[in-house]
Amino acid sequence: MQADITIGEALREQGISRRSFLKFCATSATLMALPPTMAPVIAATLEKKRRPSVVWLSFQECTGCAESITRSDSSTLEDLIFNVISLDYQHTLQACAGHFAEHIREQVIEQQDGKFILIVDGSIPVKDGGVYSTIAGMTNEQILKETAQHAAAIVAVGTCAAYGGIPKADPNPTGAVAVADLIHDKPIVNVPGCPPIPNVITGVLVQYLTFGLPELDPLGRPKAFYGQSIHDRCYRRPFYNKGLFADSFDDEGAKQGWCLYKLGCKGPTTYNACATEKWNFGTSFPIQSGHPCLGCSEPDFWDAGSFYSALSTPTDNIGETIIYAAGAGVLAGAVLGGVHHARKKSAQRHHQPVGIDDLEKES
Amino acid sequence: MSASFERGYQALKEQIDAPIAAFLSSCVHCGMCAEACLFYTETGDPKFTPIHKVEPLRKVWHQEYSFWGKLARALGLSKPLTDADLCEWETLVYDSCTLCGRCSMVCPVGNDIAYMIRKTREGMAAAGHAPAGLIGASRRAVTIGSPMGVKLPALQAQIRHMEQEYGLKIPLDVEGAEYMCLLSSMEIMNFPEYLGSIAKIFQHAGVSWTLSTQAFEATNSGIQIGVSDIAAILVQCIVDAAEKLKVKAVISPECGHAYMAIRWEGPNLIGRPFGFRVLHILEVLEQLREQGKLNIKDREVRKLTYHDPCQVGRRGGVLEQPRQLLDMVAENFVDMPEAGKMNWCCGAGGGVSTNERADELRLTAFKRKKAQLEAVAPDALVSACSNCRIYLEDGLEEYHMDIPLLSLTETIANHLADEKLEVIHHDPHLQ
Amino acid sequence: MTDVEFLLWVRGPAFNAALFIMLAGMLVRIMEILLLGRKPNLAAARGSAAAGGLHTLWRRSIPDKDSFQRSTLVIVAGYLFHIGLFVTIFLFVPHILVFERLLGFGWAGLPSTLIDAVAVITVLALLVVLIHRLTSPVLRLLSTTSDYLVWALTFLPLLTGWIAFNRVGLSGPMLTGLHILSVELLMLAFPFTKLSHAFTLLMARWYNGAIAGYKGVKS
Repeated sequence: MQADITIGEALREQGISRRSFLKFCATSATLMALPPTMAPVIAATLEKKRRPSVVWLSFQECTGCAESITRSDSSTLEDLIFNVISLDYQHTLQACAGHFAEHIREQVIEQQDGKFILIVDGSIPVKDGGVYSTIAGMTNEQILKETAQHAAAIVAVGTCAAYGGIPKADPNPTGAVAVADLIHDKPIVNVPGCPPIPNVITGVLVQYLTFGLPELDPLGRPKAFYGQSIHDRCYRRPFYNKGLFADSFDDEGAKQGWCLYKLGCKGPTTYNACATEKWNFGTSFPIQSGHPCLGCSEPDFWDAGSFYSALSTPTDNIGETIIYAAGAGVLAGAVLGGVHHARKKSAQRHHQPVGIDDLEKES
Repeated sequence: MSASFERGYQALKEQIDAPIAAFLSSCVHCGMCAEACLFYTETGDPKFTPIHKVEPLRKVWHQEYSFWGKLARALGLSKPLTDADLCEWETLVYDSCTLCGRCSMVCPVGNDIAYMIRKTREGMAAAGHAPAGLIGASRRAVTIGSPMGVKLPALQAQIRHMEQEYGLKIPLDVEGAEYMCLLSSMEIMNFPEYLGSIAKIFQHAGVSWTLSTQAFEATNSGIQIGVSDIAAILVQCIVDAAEKLKVKAVISPECGHAYMAIRWEGPNLIGRPFGFRVLHILEVLEQLREQGKLNIKDREVRKLTYHDPCQVGRRGGVLEQPRQLLDMVAENFVDMPEAGKMNWCCGAGGGVSTNERADELRLTAFKRKKAQLEAVAPDALVSACSNCRIYLEDGLEEYHMDIPLLSLTETIANHLADEKLEVIHHDPHLQ
Repeated sequence: MTDVEFLLWVRGPAFNAALFIMLAGMLVRIMEILLLGRKPNLAAARGSAAAGGLHTLWRRSIPDKDSFQRSTLVIVAGYLFHIGLFVTIFLFVPHILVFERLLGFGWAGLPSTLIDAVAVITVLALLVVLIHRLTSPVLRLLSTTSDYLVWALTFLPLLTGWIAFNRVGLSGPMLTGLHILSVELLMLAFPFTKLSHAFTLLMARWYNGAIAGYKGVKS
């Protein structure tokens, strides 16, 4: 590990031109929706920053988030970022394995105490003592708690780490929880998505390195990337506004590129950068490809009613509710109505005729 | 047993039925009924809003026949009905309502408010909160046979008078006659020409008819005060007489609520259908006209308009007949604005005229009828209810309007072609 | 509770509860009315009660000339907000999808921009109606706390719906969630307030028309 050289020094060692570096900083600025004048600030800051250690813990995950980050744009620059941040522990990318890899993790914790960045992907199972995911004989929960204790900050990458994700979906057999459910005394930046957009992952890291902890929304997500909903930046929004919806995946409306609300799009309640940043180097995103947004960067997106049920519709089985309500209503109505009827009949039976001498009160 | 709050409360409980529950569940407090009620439109006083008048009934419905209402009362979220409420509501239910039913025609959710006020009176009266005037009238109606105290001798005197004037015999207690005619006390005392007129018309048309000395009174004070038990006694009297005489039909005279009493409430009051038909005199006259049995010698040339008595027209269903008859007998008949089922009340029906306390209010409310008359500017005003007639006259006098009141029956009688009868009248209304 | 949990709650158990209470409650209300019964009419009929009932059911929706002149504001504003509610509730595609779940069938909707405009008109009409209720002497006498509560419960879904559609202010889940919650509150109120008139007016108009029709009068 060469943790003591600055990023600027590391870049120069790699033969990266200042020009390329500045271009990267300009891209980062744009990504964070900052004005171009910020690019030199990013450049100056990054240059002087020490290469921090990064430990990447992978728990109950599909490795999609790791896959995603490798698709980050401007790939050669991303190699540099990996070099720049000294990725010291990452299951998929690291060369070593076994006890040696674990030893490296322990060393980082000890030597970079309070300084290293902890990245987590995957949810953490806690049921049955956490036996459902273990590494080197330790449960994920134990590893997380032990590591997080010494981290400067935690970046929970992917919806699993941020909110529990797919493993947490009903009935959650492993007792999967999010990082924030277990760690309460360290700053946590959630970077959700299933997976998160490649450039968003790297963008958040750059933002953190440059400016420190970013401004977070109530769900712990950086506002720079998660501040707007898909709906608010969706190119199909004019169709939503007009009320032109695709009714099926291959009808005329779908072919015309109409809004996918009826097909279950969760765009209005999903906060991510998909509509602007897009995927595959800005090629497309689900809605553009004709599939409704799943809302994958939101907590419990897997349990939020069917992907193909519109956002306005109820999530429960209301057919049952209707039957029970009708039954209960008719039954209760019959009973109550019967009681009223009987009491009225009783009053009529006990009717005392009102004669001409009954029209005044006794004085 | 005398009146008491408990008896009134029980009476209201007995009266509430599915229609009332539907009405009270549907009221949205829109206030449109106020604009249909002449007592509100001419005074601007919100307390005369029709649906407000039935608040006692609503309270009983709410706290007795709706689960959530009962719960609300148990939790102290709503106030129960008290005797003080009934006391406060007396003038609203009796002085400012003629049961004209105009409110029932305009309510957007379909409430028959007059129906509910009629039922509210059952509770008010049993609790001792009916006006003195109506209590007196009811007592006289049951004990003497007429709310105005008109006994058989008085009727017989008027009969002799009319027989002389019209030169006709008035049949009494004729068994097997086709029609048994009723008379209102008002007619007997103030408009006896009605009797002479029907005698003339029936003679002309060859109709067999009779009066019954046992039951001649059409007025039903029980309906006006709102006590079905009393109303039933009065109806039973008529039914007994009609069945004894084995007539085919009973004719209700030119009176509003009398028609309602015998035609629509009657069988329900005594608990069985009648063995005879019930017709308003206008229905009979129209039938005769249709059958070509009425020959008119000349027509009335004055510009005439028609006041629809509420209980005959809107609440009774006799709307077309007067107009057909007027077309027959008048050269120049013009309907007033809002004529027919939406016509405005004279302000004196439903017991209001029997209630002296309500005089001032009644005369204020008359301004609505005054406005209608000013709009149509007739030479004379025709109606088919003697109560309307006398109180329309009263109102016209109050406002210094010189429009003579005519009875439709009398007008027809006066224009019948009949050489045999040279009748000498001293009827000041005829020129 | 996070915004997302809130939205899932209103779309899930809260909707179920509101639906149950509204449906069961209205059925109780209707049965309470029906089981009070009506005495059969022993007088000889002149006309048909059933024909009268049917007639008044639709005819009462058209005010007579005099009433219209005297109550113009109430009638116009009243119709505007009722029609507006009908359009915004039943002809807006996201809502039609809910009805499709409830009834098993749906129908075509109107352009959402039109619904947006109708919602604004409806809101204005409701404000007019409120001002009238607060200033007219007749309505001040008649009105109870329930009238004002019902007004607010009717107003809020329109307001929150418009805001959710136009994305003003809060987060997406919160906007949609608040709108759905406001609708659920309205649903809850149905059986216990004058809102029941939406269903019981059919019964009231029917009885009115039947009583009059029996006597040969078209009411």
